Amino acid sequence: MHDGPSAEELIEAVKAFIDKTAAPQLTGHAAFHARVASNALATVLRELAIRPIAEAREKERLEALLGVTGDSAGALNSQLCEAIRSGSMDLSTAGLLAHLKSTTIAQLSVDQPGYSGLRSADTGNGLI
Amino acid sequence: MGNGIDIEKPLTAWGHAHFGAGSRVEGLKRLSGGASQETWAFDVAASNARHALILRRAPGGVAAARSSEAVSLATEAALLGATSKAGVRVPEVLHVSAPGTALGEAFVMRRVNGETLGRKILRDDEFSVARIRLTRDCGEALAGIHAIPTAGLVDLPRSLGEDQIRKYEAIYRGLGMPRPVLELAFAWLKANAPAPATPVLVHGDFRLGNLIVDQNGLGAVLDWELAHIGDPREDIAWLCVNSWRFGHSEKRVGGFGDLPELLDAYAAAGGARFSAAEIDWWEIQGSLKWGVMCMMMYSAYKTGADPSVERAAIGRRVSENEIDLINLFEGLGRHA
Repeated sequence: MHDGPSAEELIEAVKAFIDKTAAPQLTGHAAFHARVASNALATVLRELAIRPIAEAREKERLEALLGVTGDSAGALNSQLCEAIRSGSMDLSTAGLLAHLKSTTIAQLSVDQPGYSGLRSADTGNGLI
Repeated sequence: MGNGIDIEKPLTAWGHAHFGAGSRVEGLKRLSGGASQETWAFDVAASNARHALILRRAPGGVAAARSSEAVSLATEAALLGATSKAGVRVPEVLHVSAPGTALGEAFVMRRVNGETLGRKILRDDEFSVARIRLTRDCGEALAGIHAIPTAGLVDLPRSLGEDQIRKYEAIYRGLGMPRPVLELAFAWLKANAPAPATPVLVHGDFRLGNLIVDQNGLGAVLDWELAHIGDPREDIAWLCVNSWRFGHSEKRVGGFGDLPELLDAYAAAGGARFSAAEIDWWEIQGSLKWGVMCMMMYSAYKTGADPSVERAAIGRRVSENEIDLINLFEGLGRHA
Protein backbone atom coordinates (compact mmCIF):
# COMPACT_ATOMS: atom_id res chain seq x y z
CA MET A 1 0.00 0.00 0.00
CA HIS A 2 1.07 3.55 -0.68
CA ASP A 3 1.91 6.18 1.83
CA GLY A 4 1.83 9.37 -0.21
CA PRO A 5 -0.12 11.06 1.27
CA SER A 6 0.07 9.23 4.58
CA ALA A 7 -2.87 9.00 6.96
CA GLU A 8 -1.15 11.68 9.09
CA GLU A 9 -0.80 14.03 6.11
CA LEU A 10 -4.47 13.61 5.17
CA ILE A 11 -5.61 14.33 8.72
CA GLU A 12 -3.28 17.33 8.97
CA ALA A 13 -4.68 18.67 5.69
CA VAL A 14 -8.30 18.33 6.86
CA LYS A 15 -7.43 19.89 10.23
CA ALA A 16 -5.75 22.86 8.49
CA PHE A 17 -8.85 23.27 6.30
CA ILE A 18 -11.10 23.37 9.37
CA ASP A 19 -8.81 25.74 11.31
CA LYS A 20 -7.87 28.16 8.54
CA THR A 21 -10.76 28.08 6.07
CA ALA A 22 -13.97 26.65 7.52
CA ALA A 23 -13.92 27.75 11.18
CA PRO A 24 -13.34 31.48 10.51
CA GLN A 25 -16.52 31.52 8.38
CA LEU A 26 -18.67 29.90 11.07
CA THR A 27 -20.42 31.43 14.07
CA GLY A 28 -22.19 30.22 17.20
CA HIS A 29 -22.79 26.53 17.63
CA ALA A 30 -21.21 25.59 14.30
CA ALA A 31 -17.99 27.43 15.21
CA PHE A 32 -17.90 25.57 18.53
CA HIS A 33 -18.35 22.22 16.77
CA ALA A 34 -15.60 23.12 14.27
CA ARG A 35 -13.22 23.64 17.18
CA VAL A 36 -14.27 20.29 18.67
CA ALA A 37 -13.77 18.64 15.27
CA SER A 38 -10.27 20.10 14.94
CA ASN A 39 -9.39 18.89 18.44
CA ALA A 40 -10.71 15.42 17.58
CA LEU A 41 -8.36 15.27 14.59
CA ALA A 42 -5.46 16.32 16.83
CA THR A 43 -6.41 13.40 19.10
CA VAL A 44 -6.28 11.01 16.15
CA LEU A 45 -2.82 12.32 15.17
CA ARG A 46 -1.55 11.74 18.71
CA GLU A 47 -3.12 8.30 18.76
CA LEU A 48 -1.36 7.33 15.50
CA ALA A 49 1.96 8.46 17.00
CA ILE A 50 1.61 7.08 20.53
CA ARG A 51 -0.74 4.10 20.56
CA PRO A 52 1.40 1.36 18.95
CA ILE A 53 4.25 1.62 21.46
CA ALA A 54 1.96 2.49 24.42
CA GLU A 55 -0.31 -0.48 23.73
CA ALA A 56 2.64 -2.87 23.33
CA ARG A 57 3.94 -1.81 26.75
CA GLU A 58 0.47 -2.03 28.24
CA LYS A 59 0.20 -5.61 26.93
CA GLU A 60 3.58 -6.55 28.48
CA ARG A 61 2.48 -5.16 31.84
CA LEU A 62 -0.89 -6.91 31.64
CA GLU A 63 0.81 -10.24 30.87
CA ALA A 64 3.10 -9.82 33.88
CA LEU A 65 0.23 -8.77 36.14
CA LEU A 66 -2.15 -11.55 35.07
CA GLY A 67 0.50 -14.21 34.47
CA VAL A 68 -0.79 -15.08 30.99
CA THR A 69 0.48 -14.54 27.45
CA GLY A 70 -0.85 -14.59 23.93
CA ASP A 71 -4.06 -12.58 24.22
CA SER A 72 -4.63 -9.10 22.77
CA ALA A 73 -4.41 -6.05 25.03
CA GLY A 74 -8.20 -5.77 24.78
CA ALA A 75 -8.78 -9.35 25.93
CA LEU A 76 -6.24 -8.95 28.75
CA ASN A 77 -7.99 -5.76 29.87
CA SER A 78 -11.30 -7.66 30.06
CA GLN A 79 -9.60 -10.25 32.28
CA LEU A 80 -8.19 -7.48 34.46
CA CYS A 81 -11.63 -5.89 34.81
CA GLU A 82 -13.07 -9.24 35.86
CA ALA A 83 -10.26 -9.82 38.37
CA ILE A 84 -10.92 -6.43 39.99
CA ARG A 85 -14.68 -6.87 39.93
CA SER A 86 -14.48 -10.31 41.54
CA GLY A 87 -12.19 -8.98 44.26
CA SER A 88 -9.21 -11.16 43.37
CA MET A 89 -7.26 -7.96 42.71
CA ASP A 90 -7.53 -4.68 44.61
CA LEU A 91 -5.52 -1.62 45.66
CA SER A 92 -3.21 -3.87 47.71
CA THR A 93 -2.28 -6.00 44.67
CA ALA A 94 1.41 -5.43 43.92
CA GLY A 95 1.88 -3.55 40.67
CA LEU A 96 -1.82 -2.96 39.94
CA LEU A 97 -2.02 0.76 40.69
CA ALA A 98 1.36 1.39 39.01
CA HIS A 99 0.12 -0.39 35.87
CA LEU A 100 -3.18 1.52 35.81
CA LYS A 101 -1.31 4.78 36.29
CA SER A 102 1.10 4.11 33.42
CA THR A 103 -1.78 3.10 31.16
CA THR A 104 -3.86 6.14 32.11
CA ILE A 105 -0.93 8.53 31.61
CA ALA A 106 -0.39 7.07 28.13
CA GLN A 107 -4.13 7.29 27.36
CA LEU A 108 -4.28 10.91 28.53
CA SER A 109 -1.25 11.89 26.50
CA VAL A 110 -3.41 10.88 23.53
CA ASP A 111 -6.80 12.09 24.79
CA GLN A 112 -6.10 15.32 26.75
CA PRO A 113 -2.37 16.05 27.04
CA GLY A 114 -3.08 19.43 28.66
CA TYR A 115 -5.27 18.06 31.46
CA SER A 116 -4.36 19.37 34.91
CA GLY A 117 -4.61 15.92 36.52
CA LEU A 118 -1.88 14.66 34.20
CA ARG A 119 0.48 17.35 35.50
CA SER A 120 -0.45 16.43 39.07
CA ALA A 121 0.30 12.76 38.48
CA ASP A 122 3.74 11.85 39.75
CA THR A 123 5.36 10.55 36.60
CA GLY A 124 8.60 9.62 38.34
CA ASN A 125 8.18 5.94 37.51
CA GLY A 126 9.02 6.62 33.83
CA LEU A 127 6.71 3.90 32.56
CA ILE A 128 5.01 5.73 29.72
CA MET B 1 -36.66 26.41 19.95
CA GLY B 2 -39.10 29.32 20.37
CA ASN B 3 -38.35 32.84 19.22
CA GLY B 4 -40.03 34.47 22.17
CA ILE B 5 -43.21 35.59 20.40
CA ASP B 6 -45.30 32.96 22.16
CA ILE B 7 -44.08 33.97 25.60
CA GLU B 8 -43.72 37.74 25.24
CA LYS B 9 -47.49 38.23 25.49
CA PRO B 10 -48.05 36.24 28.69
CA LEU B 11 -44.89 37.79 30.20
CA THR B 12 -46.21 41.26 29.40
CA ALA B 13 -49.55 40.40 30.99
CA TRP B 14 -47.74 39.15 34.11
CA GLY B 15 -45.60 42.34 34.13
CA HIS B 16 -48.74 44.49 34.04
CA ALA B 17 -50.16 42.64 37.03
CA HIS B 18 -46.91 42.65 38.99
CA PHE B 19 -45.21 45.94 38.10
CA GLY B 20 -48.08 48.10 36.83
CA ALA B 21 -50.11 48.50 33.66
CA GLY B 22 -47.54 50.74 31.98
CA SER B 23 -44.67 48.24 32.22
CA ARG B 24 -43.02 46.77 29.14
CA VAL B 25 -41.07 43.56 28.49
CA GLU B 26 -37.76 44.35 26.78
CA GLY B 27 -34.71 42.47 25.51
CA LEU B 28 -36.20 38.97 25.72
CA LYS B 29 -33.39 36.59 24.80
CA ARG B 30 -32.94 32.83 25.04
CA LEU B 31 -29.82 32.00 27.04
CA SER B 32 -29.39 28.25 27.05
CA GLY B 33 -29.93 25.72 24.35
CA GLY B 34 -30.40 23.06 26.99
CA ALA B 35 -32.84 20.33 26.12
CA SER B 36 -34.19 19.98 29.64
CA GLN B 37 -35.26 23.56 30.42
CA GLU B 38 -35.49 26.85 28.55
CA THR B 39 -33.75 29.82 30.18
CA TRP B 40 -34.63 33.34 29.00
CA ALA B 41 -33.29 36.71 30.09
CA PHE B 42 -35.52 39.79 29.90
CA ASP B 43 -36.13 43.16 31.51
CA VAL B 44 -39.36 44.71 32.66
CA ALA B 45 -39.30 48.49 32.29
CA ALA B 46 -41.80 49.85 34.82
CA SER B 47 -42.68 53.48 35.49
CA ASN B 48 -40.19 53.88 38.33
CA ALA B 49 -37.66 51.10 37.85
CA ARG B 50 -36.15 48.55 35.53
CA HIS B 51 -36.17 44.91 36.63
CA ALA B 52 -33.61 42.41 35.31
CA LEU B 53 -35.26 38.98 35.26
CA ILE B 54 -34.84 35.36 34.25
CA LEU B 55 -37.54 32.98 33.03
CA ARG B 56 -37.02 29.27 33.53
CA ARG B 57 -39.51 27.32 31.49
CA ALA B 58 -40.23 23.73 30.48
CA PRO B 59 -39.55 23.30 26.74
CA GLY B 60 -42.60 24.80 25.00
CA GLY B 61 -44.13 25.34 28.44
CA VAL B 62 -44.93 21.65 28.77
CA ALA B 63 -42.89 19.40 31.03
CA ALA B 64 -41.69 16.32 29.20
CA ALA B 65 -41.39 12.92 30.83
CA ARG B 66 -37.96 12.97 32.38
CA SER B 67 -35.42 10.23 32.02
CA SER B 68 -33.21 11.79 34.67
CA GLU B 69 -33.94 12.49 38.30
CA ALA B 70 -34.11 16.23 37.73
CA VAL B 71 -36.77 17.89 39.86
CA SER B 72 -39.70 19.79 38.36
CA LEU B 73 -39.64 23.56 37.87
CA ALA B 74 -42.26 24.02 40.57
CA THR B 75 -40.06 22.08 42.99
CA GLU B 76 -37.04 24.11 41.91
CA ALA B 77 -38.95 27.33 42.60
CA ALA B 78 -40.06 26.01 45.99
CA LEU B 79 -36.45 25.12 46.83
CA LEU B 80 -35.31 28.64 45.94
CA GLY B 81 -37.98 29.99 48.29
CA ALA B 82 -37.00 27.66 51.13
CA THR B 83 -33.27 28.29 50.78
CA SER B 84 -33.75 32.05 50.50
CA LYS B 85 -35.79 32.00 53.71
CA ALA B 86 -32.92 30.12 55.37
CA GLY B 87 -30.51 32.90 54.42
CA VAL B 88 -28.74 31.17 51.53
CA ARG B 89 -28.00 33.52 48.64
CA VAL B 90 -30.28 32.48 45.76
CA PRO B 91 -32.24 34.42 43.15
CA GLU B 92 -35.58 35.74 44.39
CA VAL B 93 -38.56 33.99 42.78
CA LEU B 94 -41.28 36.45 41.71
CA HIS B 95 -43.75 34.20 39.94
CA VAL B 96 -44.54 30.53 39.43
CA SER B 97 -46.62 29.66 36.37
CA ALA B 98 -48.63 26.43 36.29
CA PRO B 99 -48.85 23.97 33.39
CA GLY B 100 -51.74 24.76 31.06
CA THR B 101 -51.47 28.54 31.43
CA ALA B 102 -50.43 30.83 28.56
CA LEU B 103 -46.84 30.89 29.82
CA GLY B 104 -46.87 27.20 30.63
CA GLU B 105 -44.85 25.47 33.33
CA ALA B 106 -42.29 28.09 34.31
CA PHE B 107 -41.06 30.48 36.97
CA VAL B 108 -39.65 34.02 36.95
CA MET B 109 -36.74 35.06 39.17
CA ARG B 110 -34.53 38.09 39.55
CA ARG B 111 -31.32 38.14 37.50
CA VAL B 112 -28.26 38.27 39.76
CA ASN B 113 -25.21 40.14 38.48
CA GLY B 114 -21.91 38.33 38.34
CA GLU B 115 -19.95 35.64 36.57
CA THR B 116 -20.56 31.90 36.28
CA LEU B 117 -17.67 30.84 34.02
CA GLY B 118 -15.16 28.93 36.16
CA ARG B 119 -12.13 29.86 34.09
CA LYS B 120 -12.84 33.59 34.37
CA ILE B 121 -13.58 33.42 38.09
CA LEU B 122 -10.29 31.61 38.71
CA ARG B 123 -8.19 33.80 36.42
CA ASP B 124 -9.45 37.37 36.15
CA ASP B 125 -8.12 40.13 38.41
CA GLU B 126 -11.61 41.45 39.05
CA PHE B 127 -12.31 38.30 41.13
CA SER B 128 -9.09 38.37 43.20
CA VAL B 129 -10.94 39.41 46.37
CA ALA B 130 -13.83 37.05 45.58
CA ARG B 131 -11.41 34.12 45.30
CA ILE B 132 -10.15 34.78 48.84
CA ARG B 133 -13.70 34.88 50.25
CA LEU B 134 -15.25 32.15 48.15
CA THR B 135 -14.15 29.17 50.26
CA ARG B 136 -15.78 30.56 53.38
CA ASP B 137 -18.83 31.69 51.42
CA CYS B 138 -19.28 28.20 49.99
CA GLY B 139 -18.85 26.56 53.41
CA GLU B 140 -21.51 28.83 54.87
CA ALA B 141 -23.88 28.36 51.92
CA LEU B 142 -23.56 24.57 52.09
CA ALA B 143 -24.12 24.57 55.85
CA GLY B 144 -27.23 26.71 55.27
CA ILE B 145 -28.60 24.42 52.57
CA HIS B 146 -27.94 21.31 54.64
CA ALA B 147 -29.71 22.80 57.68
CA ILE B 148 -33.03 23.33 55.88
CA PRO B 149 -35.71 21.09 57.43
CA THR B 150 -36.39 18.29 54.95
CA ALA B 151 -39.87 17.54 56.26
CA GLY B 152 -41.45 20.33 54.21
CA LEU B 153 -39.66 19.45 50.99
CA VAL B 154 -41.90 17.46 48.73
CA ASP B 155 -41.12 15.53 45.57
CA LEU B 156 -37.40 15.28 46.18
CA PRO B 157 -35.71 12.01 45.26
CA ARG B 158 -33.73 10.33 48.01
CA SER B 159 -30.25 9.17 47.07
CA LEU B 160 -27.55 8.32 49.60
CA GLY B 161 -24.01 7.18 48.85
CA GLU B 162 -24.77 3.51 48.30
CA ASP B 163 -27.85 4.33 46.19
CA GLN B 164 -25.63 6.37 43.91
CA ILE B 165 -23.02 3.63 43.55
CA ARG B 166 -25.79 1.19 42.65
CA LYS B 167 -27.29 3.60 40.14
CA TYR B 168 -24.05 4.51 38.39
CA GLU B 169 -22.74 0.97 38.39
CA ALA B 170 -25.95 -0.19 36.67
CA ILE B 171 -25.50 2.53 34.04
CA TYR B 172 -21.81 1.66 33.60
CA ARG B 173 -22.48 -2.09 33.26
CA GLY B 174 -25.26 -1.33 30.77
CA LEU B 175 -22.85 0.54 28.53
CA GLY B 176 -20.73 -2.58 28.06
CA MET B 177 -17.39 -0.74 27.95
CA PRO B 178 -15.47 -2.00 30.98
CA ARG B 179 -12.44 0.02 32.12
CA PRO B 180 -10.10 -1.28 34.84
CA VAL B 181 -9.71 2.05 36.70
CA LEU B 182 -13.48 2.46 36.98
CA GLU B 183 -13.82 -1.17 38.12
CA LEU B 184 -11.28 -0.46 40.86
CA ALA B 185 -13.17 2.65 41.91
CA PHE B 186 -16.51 0.81 42.17
CA ALA B 187 -14.93 -2.06 44.12
CA TRP B 188 -13.02 0.29 46.45
CA LEU B 189 -16.05 2.48 47.15
CA LYS B 190 -18.17 -0.56 48.02
CA ALA B 191 -15.48 -2.01 50.30
CA ASN B 192 -14.83 1.28 52.09
CA ALA B 193 -18.26 2.93 52.37
CA PRO B 194 -18.44 5.27 55.36
CA ALA B 195 -21.33 5.15 57.81
CA PRO B 196 -24.15 7.24 56.31
CA ALA B 197 -24.58 10.76 57.70
CA THR B 198 -27.99 12.10 58.68
CA PRO B 199 -29.77 12.75 55.35
CA VAL B 200 -30.16 16.43 54.43
CA LEU B 201 -31.20 18.58 51.49
CA VAL B 202 -28.32 18.21 49.00
CA HIS B 203 -27.94 20.69 46.13
CA GLY B 204 -26.49 17.98 43.91
CA ASP B 205 -24.43 20.15 41.54
CA PHE B 206 -22.73 22.72 43.78
CA ARG B 207 -19.63 23.84 41.82
CA LEU B 208 -18.22 26.67 39.72
CA GLY B 209 -20.45 26.98 36.68
CA ASN B 210 -23.56 26.84 38.85
CA LEU B 211 -22.53 29.63 41.23
CA ILE B 212 -22.82 33.33 40.46
CA VAL B 213 -19.67 35.01 41.73
CA ASP B 214 -19.28 38.77 41.94
CA GLN B 215 -16.31 40.88 43.02
CA ASN B 216 -17.10 40.25 46.69
CA GLY B 217 -17.55 36.48 46.56
CA LEU B 218 -20.56 34.19 46.23
CA GLY B 219 -23.55 36.03 44.78
CA ALA B 220 -26.09 33.25 44.27
CA VAL B 221 -26.45 29.47 44.09
CA LEU B 222 -28.13 28.36 40.83
CA ASP B 223 -29.19 25.14 39.11
CA TRP B 224 -31.16 23.21 41.69
CA GLU B 225 -32.36 20.61 39.21
CA LEU B 226 -30.36 17.80 40.80
CA ALA B 227 -31.38 18.58 44.39
CA HIS B 228 -32.20 15.53 46.47
CA ILE B 229 -32.25 14.17 49.98
CA GLY B 230 -28.80 12.76 50.52
CA ASP B 231 -25.48 12.84 52.33
CA PRO B 232 -24.07 16.33 53.04
CA ARG B 233 -20.55 15.15 52.21
CA GLU B 234 -21.65 14.63 48.60
CA ASP B 235 -22.01 18.41 48.06
CA ILE B 236 -18.73 19.23 49.84
CA ALA B 237 -16.76 16.68 47.81
CA TRP B 238 -18.40 17.52 44.46
CA LEU B 239 -17.02 21.05 44.83
CA CYS B 240 -13.57 19.42 45.17
CA VAL B 241 -13.72 17.11 42.12
CA ASN B 242 -10.79 18.03 39.87
CA SER B 243 -13.06 18.36 36.80
CA TRP B 244 -14.45 21.51 38.48
CA ARG B 245 -11.07 23.05 39.36
CA PHE B 246 -10.69 24.25 35.76
CA GLY B 247 -6.97 23.60 35.58
CA HIS B 248 -6.15 24.91 39.06
CA SER B 249 -5.58 21.45 40.56
CA GLU B 250 -3.42 22.68 43.42
CA LYS B 251 -6.47 24.22 45.08
CA ARG B 252 -8.67 21.31 46.09
CA VAL B 253 -11.82 23.36 46.65
CA GLY B 254 -13.02 24.37 43.19
CA GLY B 255 -9.55 25.54 42.11
CA PHE B 256 -9.70 28.44 44.60
CA GLY B 257 -9.52 27.11 48.16
CA ASP B 258 -8.21 24.57 50.63
CA LEU B 259 -10.33 21.85 52.18
CA PRO B 260 -9.54 22.55 55.87
CA GLU B 261 -10.79 26.13 55.45
CA LEU B 262 -13.99 24.91 53.77
CA LEU B 263 -14.64 22.31 56.48
CA ASP B 264 -13.95 24.87 59.23
CA ALA B 265 -16.31 27.43 57.66
CA TYR B 266 -18.95 24.71 57.23
CA ALA B 267 -18.73 23.65 60.88
CA ALA B 268 -18.56 27.26 62.14
CA ALA B 269 -21.79 27.97 60.25
CA GLY B 270 -23.57 25.13 62.03
CA GLY B 271 -22.72 22.20 59.76
CA ALA B 272 -21.39 18.89 61.02
CA ARG B 273 -17.64 18.55 61.61
CA PHE B 274 -16.31 16.40 58.75
CA SER B 275 -12.74 15.25 58.25
CA ALA B 276 -10.72 15.52 55.04
CA ALA B 277 -10.44 11.71 55.00
CA GLU B 278 -14.26 11.43 54.82
CA ILE B 279 -14.30 13.76 51.85
CA ASP B 280 -11.87 11.45 49.97
CA TRP B 281 -14.51 8.72 49.64
CA TRP B 282 -17.03 11.18 48.25
CA GLU B 283 -14.56 12.83 45.91
CA ILE B 284 -13.63 9.41 44.51
CA GLN B 285 -17.33 8.80 44.01
CA GLY B 286 -17.69 12.21 42.35
CA SER B 287 -14.87 11.59 39.88
CA LEU B 288 -16.23 8.13 39.13
CA LYS B 289 -19.72 9.54 38.61
CA TRP B 290 -18.50 12.20 36.18
CA GLY B 291 -16.48 9.54 34.29
CA VAL B 292 -19.61 7.41 33.90
CA MET B 293 -21.58 10.49 32.79
CA CYS B 294 -18.96 11.21 30.08
CA MET B 295 -19.32 7.60 28.94
CA MET B 296 -23.11 8.06 28.82
CA MET B 297 -22.75 11.18 26.69
CA TYR B 298 -20.42 9.35 24.31
CA SER B 299 -22.89 6.49 24.20
CA ALA B 300 -25.49 8.91 22.80
CA TYR B 301 -23.16 9.24 19.80
CA LYS B 302 -22.51 5.52 19.60
CA THR B 303 -26.20 4.63 19.53
CA GLY B 304 -26.97 7.36 16.99
CA ALA B 305 -29.19 9.31 19.41
CA ASP B 306 -26.94 12.38 19.05
CA PRO B 307 -24.55 12.16 16.09
CA SER B 308 -22.58 15.33 16.96
CA VAL B 309 -18.77 15.42 16.99
CA GLU B 310 -18.99 16.86 20.51
CA ARG B 311 -20.74 13.73 21.83
CA ALA B 312 -18.18 11.52 20.11
CA ALA B 313 -15.22 13.49 21.47
CA ILE B 314 -16.46 13.54 25.07
CA GLY B 315 -15.69 9.83 25.28
CA ARG B 316 -12.03 10.86 25.26
CA ARG B 317 -12.49 12.71 28.53
CA VAL B 318 -13.10 9.62 30.63
CA SER B 319 -9.33 9.23 31.05
CA GLU B 320 -9.32 12.62 32.83
CA ASN B 321 -11.48 11.12 35.54
CA GLU B 322 -9.30 8.03 35.58
CA ILE B 323 -6.12 10.00 36.35
CA ASP B 324 -8.05 11.95 39.00
CA LEU B 325 -9.12 8.63 40.57
CA ILE B 326 -5.54 7.34 40.50
CA ASN B 327 -4.24 10.56 42.07
CA LEU B 328 -6.90 10.21 44.77
CA PHE B 329 -6.01 6.55 45.41
CA GLU B 330 -2.34 7.49 45.74
CA GLY B 331 -3.24 10.22 48.19
CA LEU B 332 -5.32 7.96 50.48
CA GLY B 333 -3.90 7.91 53.98
CA ARG B 334 -2.21 11.28 53.62
CA HIS B 335 -4.59 12.63 56.28
CA ALA B 336 -3.82 9.79 58.69
